[in-house]
Amino acid sequence: MLSTAAIQRRGEKLFWRGAVDYRVIPGDIEPNDIVMSHSSVNFDRTGFQQDLNICFPLERLQELVKRGVVGSVGAFHYSVIGGSEPEQLKPAALEIARMLKNDHVDVLFLVPI
Amino acid sequence: MQISLVRLHSEKIRPPRALWVPFELGRPLGIPNDPKFQHRVIAAVFDLLKRERGPVLEDYLEEVPDGEAKDRQTTLNGQFCPISSISTRSKDSDLMKAFEAEINHLAPWYEMAVNQRRRTTVGVSELEILEAARFLAAMTESGDPPVPRNDLERGPMLKLCCEDLTSFYGEAISVQPGMKASIAVENWIWGHTILGETMWRIREINLESKDDFMRYHAQRSLVPDRQIHFREENPRVFRSWSLFKK
Repeated sequence: MLSTAAIQRRGEKLFWRGAVDYRVIPGDIEPNDIVMSHSSVNFDRTGFQQDLNICFPLERLQELVKRGVVGSVGAFHYSVIGGSEPEQLKPAALEIARMLKNDHVDVLFLVPI
Repeated sequence: MQISLVRLHSEKIRPPRALWVPFELGRPLGIPNDPKFQHRVIAAVFDLLKRERGPVLEDYLEEVPDGEAKDRQTTLNGQFCPISSISTRSKDSDLMKAFEAEINHLAPWYEMAVNQRRRTTVGVSELEILEAARFLAAMTESGDPPVPRNDLERGPMLKLCCEDLTSFYGEAISVQPGMKASIAVENWIWGHTILGETMWRIREINLESKDDFMRYHAQRSLVPDRQIHFREENPRVFRSWSLFKK
């Protein structure tokens, strides 16, 4: 998964407006270890407060693995903050793409906020 | 493959496989704590993989059920407030006392929310919640209070304190009956709490700030646009406090 919700591991470097880097979220992370540092206040956060899966459906994907619908879920997921020029985000995008290939990912699930 | 919340964006970007969903921003999977609903959305996205060629942009037709919308309507005018009595004297110190009373009143609800959800989203400021409140109150009183963390400047510290306080309030109030809809929580925070009024006051002060971060924060990153418009159009709906120096 790649999320644009500016979520990251608790205690990790926060996202600020205009950030063009990314954060790695390990596939075995506990929901309580994820926080959000998005600069925009113009989207709902109460859904995220109630249920991480509303914008980062990691548990749903893990359930699909148990049901045999998908073979496996990636070992790592990625998070960015939107709002920058595509060209500025390109280096991060290329780096993420390289890691996805190395992780043998077949399908990337992009989830906006 | 991707979920799309803004159809126009996907029309322009033309990603290989996108499913536009009729949900509000911030809720791309539709309904929190409804795994069946969320699975239906994911299944619809996965279905796009059957298409051999893109770009594909399909619409997801299942909307969030009426209950959520009703919840929104009944609380649109924000009649709900859990604080029964607070000090309304106009001394600055009373602001923090009232703020603390409000937080203490919400604390059991917050604890219930954390126990129920086994998580919290509070924590980006790395301050205790009362310390964050104290910083906000001091911002309205002096505009130039000491920053509680020595690795941050005043503007970023303010942003993180606002984030943590709104998360604390949002988590606490959304375990109460009838407060699941985002607009209900938002109207309550911005229209009927001391936190909301304190942030409105900070916005008013910082719109004139010489600090670029503080001014941007006040303009774009503190109060949701729809609350700004709502307050401009319906000033009487917002509770009137007497806690701030004129």
